[in-house]
Amino acid sequence: MTKEEEFKKYAKKVYHLMILAFSIFLIAGGATIYYINDPNFSAFKSNTEALVVTPEEIDENLIENGIHVRTGLVDGVGLMAVVNNCTNCHSAKLVTQNKMSAERWNETIKWMQETQNLWDLGANQEIIVNYLVTNYPVTEKGRRENLTNIEWYGLEN
Amino acid sequence: MKRRDFVKKTTLSTLATLIGAEIVYGSNLLEDYNLLALQDPDPFKLFNKNKEMLVLNDKPWNIEAQAHLLDDKITPNSAMFIRNNGLIPEAIDAKKWTLTIDGESVVNQKTYTLEELKSKFEHHTYQLTLECGGNGRSEFNPPAKGNQWTVGAVHCATWTGIRLRDVLEDAGIKNNAVYTGYHAVDEHLSRDPKKEPISRGAPMVKSLQDETLLAFKMNGKEIPLAHGYPLRLVAGGWPASVSGKWINRISIRNKIHDGTKMMGTAYRVPCEPVAPGEKVKDEDMCIIESMPVKSLITYPKSGAVLKDGTSLKIRGHAWAGELEVSKMEYSIDFGAIWRECQIEDPVNRLAWQHFSASIDFPKKGYYEVWAKATDTQGVAQPMLLPGWNPKGYLNNACHRIAIKVT
Repeated sequence: MTKEEEFKKYAKKVYHLMILAFSIFLIAGGATIYYINDPNFSAFKSNTEALVVTPEEIDENLIENGIHVRTGLVDGVGLMAVVNNCTNCHSAKLVTQNKMSAERWNETIKWMQETQNLWDLGANQEIIVNYLVTNYPVTEKGRRENLTNIEWYGLEN
Repeated sequence: MKRRDFVKKTTLSTLATLIGAEIVYGSNLLEDYNLLALQDPDPFKLFNKNKEMLVLNDKPWNIEAQAHLLDDKITPNSAMFIRNNGLIPEAIDAKKWTLTIDGESVVNQKTYTLEELKSKFEHHTYQLTLECGGNGRSEFNPPAKGNQWTVGAVHCATWTGIRLRDVLEDAGIKNNAVYTGYHAVDEHLSRDPKKEPISRGAPMVKSLQDETLLAFKMNGKEIPLAHGYPLRLVAGGWPASVSGKWINRISIRNKIHDGTKMMGTAYRVPCEPVAPGEKVKDEDMCIIESMPVKSLITYPKSGAVLKDGTSLKIRGHAWAGELEVSKMEYSIDFGAIWRECQIEDPVNRLAWQHFSASIDFPKKGYYEVWAKATDTQGVAQPMLLPGWNPKGYLNNACHRIAIKVT
C-alpha cells in the first residue's frame, strides 16, 4: 500500500465517522424537538383507547374590534354587568335594537322584574342603564326618515 | 372570530368543555370535522329561510322578510317572518297531541286528539294575511320598545284546517260567551313553567268567522315547527298574535280573555289619539282588532338603476284587515301626483290583493316610488307616520323604494 493509498483509506474512515456522528446528531436533535412538542410520544402509542379530557377554560369574554364576540355588544363601562344580567333570558339583540332613555330603561327593568322573573339588580342597575344610554343612545328620526343604505343595482326591464 | 374557525384552532379538551361532556373516541376525529353539537344553529337552515331574511332576535326567534322577498302571490315558508314570544317547544309528538276546549262559557269541556279533529270536522283552505301588530315599529319616534320590525313582518300563505267555530260548537257555547283565549306549549324565556309566553284570543264574532281556522297545513304541507306545528290558530286580518301557535287548549270565556299579552299595553293602542311620547294609562288603551290598510312594493327591490327612456314595471300586495282594498296608487313626486295602479280582487276574504303599474320617468335623476292603498271605507295609508302609540303598533305609512334613472 502506497502512502497515498493509506491516506485515502484513512480519510474515508474519518469521512464515515463524521457522517455517522452527524446522523446521530440529527436523530437526537429530531427526537429532542419531538419530545418538546409531544412529551408523551403519543404518535408511537396506540390510538384506540378513549381520550380522557381535562376541561380547559375558554375565553367567553373575548373582545375583538371593540365588540364582545359572544353577545355582539360594544365594549364599554358596564359591559359585563349587561352581559351577566340581561343575556341570560333573552338575546343581546333585543337590547341593542332598542334605543331608549334612562327613564324608559328603568321602567323596562321594573317591568321585567314584575313580570319576567328578573332579579334585583342592586348597584348594577345604574351601571347597566348608563352603559345602554351611552352606547345605544336615542336618535332623532322625525316623522319619516330618509331612505338610507340603498344598494344600487342595474335593472334590465 | 367565527365559531367554526375558532373550533379548528382549539384542542379536543376545549371542545369537550364547550360540549360539557367527554368526547369518547375523540382521537378518531378527522382534523377538520365539525362536531354536530357545535355546528352553528344557522337560522336560515334551521327554519328553511331565505338568506336575505333579517334576524332581529335569536332568543326568542324573531326574523323578518324584506319587501322584495315577499314578491310571491302566496308567501312560501322561505320568506315568512317568525315572531316568537317564548322558546320553540321541543319533542312534539303529533300522535299524542290533544286540544281541550274549556272555559267558563263552554257547555261540555272536551278534549280531542289531532286525528279526531282532522277526521271529525270538515276541512277548509284559505289564503290569509297575517301581519305582526308591531310591523313597522322601527320608524316610531320616540322609539317604541320591542323588536324593531321594518316592513317584513307580514305574510299571506295558504292555510288548511278546520273551522274554530265547528269545534267550539261541538263542545257547546253558552249564551254568556264573549271571548276565546288560547293556550300553547311554548316555553317562557325564563323557563318558568308557571309562565305562559303568550296567551291571546279574540271576541266571539272573530272566533266564529268562516275563515278563522285551527290549521294543520301551510301551503299544502305540514306546518313548519317554527310556525306552529302541529296545530295553530289562523285569524286573518288581525294582529298575527291572535293566530297562536302550538295550540293545545282554547277557553271560551265569559269575559275578555286575561291571558299573557292581553293585558296592560300589550297589543293595545290609545283609545284616543295622543301626542308622541305621551304617557297613557292602561285603562285608556284599547285592544287592537282589525289591522289598518297597508301595501308593499315587492318588485323591484329598492335601489334599481334604470336607463333613461325605459318604463318601470312595479308590483306588490295590498291588504286592509277585515276590509278590502278598493284603490291602489303610486307617486314618483313625493305625493304631489298620485296615479292609479291595477289592483286584483282577493282570492278569498282576508287574503291580500296584488297590484301592478308601469311607470315612466320624465328625466334622469333620483326618484322614490311611493305606494298608497285605500280601503273600502275610503281610508288611505298616511305618508307620514300614523298616530304615535307607546308600543309602536300599526305603522301603516306608505312603503317606498329608491330608483335612479341614468
